[in-house]
Amino acid sequence: MSAKVEEQVREEHPLEKILRMDRIPHIWCPTCGLGTTVTALSSALEQLQLDTNKVAVVSGIGCTGRVAGYMKLDSFHTTHGRAVPFAVGLHIARPDLKTIVFSGDGDLISIGGNHFIHTARRNVDMTIICVNNFIYAMTGGQVAPTTPLTAKAATTPYGNAEHPFNLPLLAASSGAVYVARWTALHVRRLTVAIKEAIQKPGFSFVEVIAPCSTLYARINKLGTGLDLMKFYHDNSVIRHGADLNDVDIDFQSKIVVGKFVDIEKPTYIDCLNAGNKRAFGDKYKPYGGGNGDN
Amino acid sequence: MKFWRTPLDIDKLQIPRGELHILKERCKGCGFCVEYCPKGVLELSDEFNSKGYHPPKAVKPEECVNCDLCELLCPDFAIYCVRAEAGEKEVSN
Ligand SMILES: Cc1ncc(C[n+]2csc(CCOP(=O)(O)OP(=O)(O)O)c2C)c(N)n1
Ligand code: SF4
Ligand code: SF4
Ligand code: SF4
Ligand SMILES: [Mg+2]
Repeated sequence: MSAKVEEQVREEHPLEKILRMDRIPHIWCPTCGLGTTVTALSSALEQLQLDTNKVAVVSGIGCTGRVAGYMKLDSFHTTHGRAVPFAVGLHIARPDLKTIVFSGDGDLISIGGNHFIHTARRNVDMTIICVNNFIYAMTGGQVAPTTPLTAKAATTPYGNAEHPFNLPLLAASSGAVYVARWTALHVRRLTVAIKEAIQKPGFSFVEVIAPCSTLYARINKLGTGLDLMKFYHDNSVIRHGADLNDVDIDFQSKIVVGKFVDIEKPTYIDCLNAGNKRAFGDKYKPYGGGNGDN
Repeated sequence: MKFWRTPLDIDKLQIPRGELHILKERCKGCGFCVEYCPKGVLELSDEFNSKGYHPPKAVKPEECVNCDLCELLCPDFAIYCVRAEAGEKEVSN
């Protein structure tokens, strides 16, 4: 091959600016929905025109947990279940950064469940993107606290006999100020939701329903990830502001999606400033850019 | 193009055209782009890439309207579309 041909301009996908291309191709299986969710986050960041030096992505362990490693941003791949407490520390030390947690249902809601509810309660300013594939995918398809009743997993070969969490209800009742759910195929609406969540001061939560082809689809004989993607999308009902008691997900039935919660509430740092101002008056200098007036 | 109701300003509308780029070696043959292209531009080809997957090919490149849906859905960052200037139309594979 002549030097001239080799020098030809390499084709560059528009997301190459924000991805660590030395780590692409990613490890995700064919027809896994995770790559699409990364595009949604990347498009949201691009559309918001945020300074990428001011955005940090934190993940835990799992297939979804790999996301932090693929983003060309300040990112941290924490231990299993500890993405949220790491992000809390990061946010408090560097409130000027936009802190985004991108992790799986098992990581955030099972081992990380207590961190999740208490960080929502304190309304710490961060965005949580939780990819719910209804299973612990990375470790071989064990049942998760999000696995629908009767769905099969590697550890429940006769079908799951437990009720799953309703994640939007859990987030909202714990104190989240922004709650939305979309499927990976709703990629434009998902991008809008991620943008709104990032801009929202306080604890915002976006649940993304995405297919796991290799484990959830295979164990439950649901076809490929494309079949599952199609099923989730075609069985979604858009209901903004839905009563969150009605958004449970049953095995292979309708999925209510939409923006459910979008309210204003003082954040953790606002409350901290207000408390210290009450206690110490003008001697206290508000932290993190707020004025302590809440 | 099919319309549900013919737009009143149809004579003034310019339908955008797209120029597709398919990064065959990165594709895992999932078919998301083929299934969801609203204009049926793509089909999975018989060709194999070096990982053994069938990347898509544009069978009706002139129909592409630069909607970017293939680019947004592709989980492997293997396809993208840029707006083609009027008259200019190509597919680079
Ligand atoms: C402390 C600890 N316990 C258990 C594991 C094993 N483990 C790794 S990933 C994972 C579950 C991941 O599930 P989820 O967060 O839903 O991610 P997915 O792979 O489904 O995207 C588990 C149990 C671990 N790595 N560390
Ligand atoms: S195991 Fe499931 S979630 Fe993990 S990469 Fe494969 S398809 Fe995706
Ligand atoms: S840009 Fe739109 S019309 Fe063109 S190939 Fe992609 S999905 Fe089809
Ligand atoms: S969506 Fe991407 S990975 Fe899937 S077939 Fe199309 S180009 Fe290949
Ligand atoms: Mg999971």
